[in-house]
Amino acid sequence: MVQLTMAKAINEGLRRAMADDDRVLVMGEDIGKLGGVFRITDGLQSEFGAQRVVDTPLAEAGIMGTAVGLAFRGYRPVVEIQFDGFVYPAFDQIVCQVAKLHYRTRGNVTMPITIRIPWAGGVGAAEHHSESPEAYFVHTSGLRVVAVSNPQDAYVMLRQAIASNDPVVYFEPKRLYHSKGEVDLDLHLADAPPMGLARVARPGTDVTLLTYGAQVATAMDAATAAEDDGVSIEVIDLRSISPVDYRTVTASVRKTGRVVVTHEAAREAGVGAELIASVTERCFNYLEAAPQRVTGHDIPYPPAKLEKHHLPDLDRILDAVDRVMDRPNSLTGVREQ
Amino acid sequence: MTHTLTPTADLGTDIEDVARLLTPDGERIADPELDRWIADVDAAALRSLYRDMVLLRRIDVEGVALQRQGQLGLWPPCQGQEATQIGTARALRADDFAFPSYRETGVVYARGGKPSDFVLAWRGEEHSTYDPYELNTATQQIIIGAQSLHAVGYAMGIQRDGTDQVSVAYFGDGASSQGDVNEAMVFASSFGAPVVFVCTNNQWAISEPVALQAKAPIAGRAPGFGIPSMRVDGNDVLACLAAMRWALDHARSGKGPAFIEAVTYRMGPHTTSDDPTRYRDKDEVEKWRRRDPISRVEALLRVRGEFDDAFVASVGTDADALAASVREAAMAAQTRSPITVFDNVYAEPHSGIDEQREWFGAYLDGFASTDPSAPAPEV
Repeated sequence: MVQLTMAKAINEGLRRAMADDDRVLVMGEDIGKLGGVFRITDGLQSEFGAQRVVDTPLAEAGIMGTAVGLAFRGYRPVVEIQFDGFVYPAFDQIVCQVAKLHYRTRGNVTMPITIRIPWAGGVGAAEHHSESPEAYFVHTSGLRVVAVSNPQDAYVMLRQAIASNDPVVYFEPKRLYHSKGEVDLDLHLADAPPMGLARVARPGTDVTLLTYGAQVATAMDAATAAEDDGVSIEVIDLRSISPVDYRTVTASVRKTGRVVVTHEAAREAGVGAELIASVTERCFNYLEAAPQRVTGHDIPYPPAKLEKHHLPDLDRILDAVDRVMDRPNSLTGVREQ
Repeated sequence: MTHTLTPTADLGTDIEDVARLLTPDGERIADPELDRWIADVDAAALRSLYRDMVLLRRIDVEGVALQRQGQLGLWPPCQGQEATQIGTARALRADDFAFPSYRETGVVYARGGKPSDFVLAWRGEEHSTYDPYELNTATQQIIIGAQSLHAVGYAMGIQRDGTDQVSVAYFGDGASSQGDVNEAMVFASSFGAPVVFVCTNNQWAISEPVALQAKAPIAGRAPGFGIPSMRVDGNDVLACLAAMRWALDHARSGKGPAFIEAVTYRMGPHTTSDDPTRYRDKDEVEKWRRRDPISRVEALLRVRGEFDDAFVASVGTDADALAASVREAAMAAQTRSPITVFDNVYAEPHSGIDEQREWFGAYLDGFASTDPSAPAPEV
């Protein structure tokens, strides 16, 4: 075990994946000499050369489309999209090509592409640098979508994503890049929990709190605060948001009978909507209260000085917990429309 | 001396301003730049090119007929473009890799496609049939221009593997407006990737004339990206073959990408769902009919005494047999079972898909248990 920041854990994941398999290559903007704008690829080009750590022209569709061609040729490209809000030019290639080629070719062609996206807000960035576009990809069949919340998962799940023969969109929360944690770099991938498995981050008995990415830390804080109030929250870090590990989720909900989902992304047709619909279908008779969502507002990402009012914080989560617990101190009450 | 770079728009989209070895009348004209690339094309080779074009046209005629008879859902005719498709594809080595679009029936044919490969996708049985690695040809692409980037990425892989293969991107004049095609040229040029771009300028992108996509020759764009290009008569199979050999040699010898604009004409509709009489003149079509790619080779073969009855009969027999097997492939198609819609969504087990497959399987089984003699449900 070593103490690593998430940034360093991802860096190490890339390094070891490249060392283990010479078909793995990394491509993106500014990832070579600069080591990426977040330094995630720091040192990789000097170690593996410019043929394997490829600085690309500034064109995301071009990066994604050439990654498809490399995958056709048997390579395993790891694509870095510089910021969440820059992925949209590549959207057509991701949705129509990356996600569908295996299906289109009846399994003859695989697309083992990992799409790394520095993701979400809370870092005081300019417009287009704090977005949470995960629902677009969750909605797209053919992709797997994961979101990491700690250095250990960041390391292992990146290795698993690269080893997967399916395309994986890998969301890495920018605001956790410098948070540290224990990482077992020698953990064999076969011994690690599968990428699609959710993790009970904190056991509890009254409320199931579903989340992923940087919001896991906020959820944990909320659970600690609620405990002082006599409410026991079970926090589930979904890790994979497509597919979702409903076995773990439903086991928790059948125990607690109450569900709150929290994510930074906007509410409408978001991951939370899907989670609650699925949980309701599967656990309707176990539910004690209407499931609640605690999300970003349905607005474009606001200016940095206002982002704290957009991001679902501890208090907003506790407010929803009060609602599912039917406690009178809820600020907003249960909305009926 | 001026600092202003001006477009050479005078070249325009004049269809006569092309490299050519064979006039519409079938006269072989000398071209010092192109002749050397086809010095080996003897009578047998010319007959073989002719045969392939005739067979391609026959596949195309059969495709339209099958669609009209309700056997296919759709067909994108390529009549008029036989020289472009056969001339360029026949220049490829077996281990080169082609990325065709949906209209490149002739490329798939030249790469070894089977009769079923031409019709099962348009019948709606499959999205594609052949294994791309068997034909070294990607699935025909429907998203306009998207495959140009795949070809460049594939070429980047060739560079890393250190082989002398070449990757080929086929796309049309409409696609030349797409970002993907322009990004493909940037990437190809910057990385010196061994890729050849073949832009089939068939004058029409459904109803939009090429003038809407390009005010100057499309081939003229490539040098702006640092890519040498050639504009050829796309109805001249010898010019297409020669230009493609030049381009492939350029890419194969490590000089980076090359670009060909083949100026031709889509004689038919965009697809069988289209009505071109709404947007183009009959006169224009008739003008192009006089530039037919097949008849000019026939004229040359006649002048050379190579177009004898036995040859005509043998091509006719081959065409009849191919048409019959294309028809047979369509008529004999068996739609696969409903549950297989879940196959190959992912390469590895996926809990969400597995669950839906299980549910749908049970749902389908429910029909069976109601009436065991009933046919499989339509779903």
